[in-house]
Amino acid sequence: MIPGVSLFEIMTVSTLMFFIGVYGFVTRKNLITVLMSLELILNGAAINFVAFNKYLYPERPAGQFFTLFLIAVAAAEVALAIAIVINLYRRIKSVDVENVNTLKY
Amino acid sequence: MEKIVFYILAIAILALSLLSVLSQRLLRSAVYLFGVLAAVAGFYFLVGYNFLGAVQLTVYAGGIVVLIIFSILLTHEIDHKMERPSWLRAGAAGLMCAAGAAMVLQLLASTPLTRVDGPENSDLDTLGGLLLTPGEGGYLLPFELISILLLAAIIGAVVIAKHKLGAGSENQENQPL
Repeated sequence: MIPGVSLFEIMTVSTLMFFIGVYGFVTRKNLITVLMSLELILNGAAINFVAFNKYLYPERPAGQFFTLFLIAVAAAEVALAIAIVINLYRRIKSVDVENVNTLKY
Repeated sequence: MEKIVFYILAIAILALSLLSVLSQRLLRSAVYLFGVLAAVAGFYFLVGYNFLGAVQLTVYAGGIVVLIIFSILLTHEIDHKMERPSWLRAGAAGLMCAAGAAMVLQLLASTPLTRVDGPENSDLDTLGGLLLTPGEGGYLLPFELISILLLAAIIGAVVIAKHKLGAGSENQENQPL
């Protein structure tokens, strides 16, 4: 563990980061910024996994594996989302959430 | 010493993520996000999970942020300025998030989280071995599943982002192999 730092302090950071991400997710209208808020949310969860692994179950690296898989899933998700954004821009010349009112063509 | 580093990282994470969510300029927002991800990688290094920190730096900070910046540059003017969300929407969202954070923190504070001091095995040999171990305590199945997921995501991204070609070349593509 980190000397002098309690689990609660780490959880505070990750919780605030998570809710900052939620705020961005709700208020932003641009698809790319929504995606960036999503990254903040995912990272808040990943910090939690690492902190729990370090402080509560130091003998098994389960939390590290969860974080590893989370990073891989996030990479896949971003690749797909960027593809969708570029396709949308090509079709309707806009990436605003409000202008995207159809998913089929 | 570690305590000071942790507090610096915590302040950097919170300040940069706030800036990233509030900034009106897309490109600056992405750069702030890069700072957040790098600070999180620093946190992983601080707790001693070096492999995880390296993965975070290469995949997140190196890969995902570059991808996001590329997509911003492809779809927007470089000094594109977004309009602010309306006060009602920002206020309601802020209130909701503050309430949620307060609830979670209150719950955390009332939960006894006792620290366990045990032997650690988080070196790269152990991680690599467990990643290829089937059965009890191993992570072979999720490892294989994630590789299939990544393959599917690559193919899906190519199919979705592919430029629609004319009818002639379309036929050529659909020929059986």
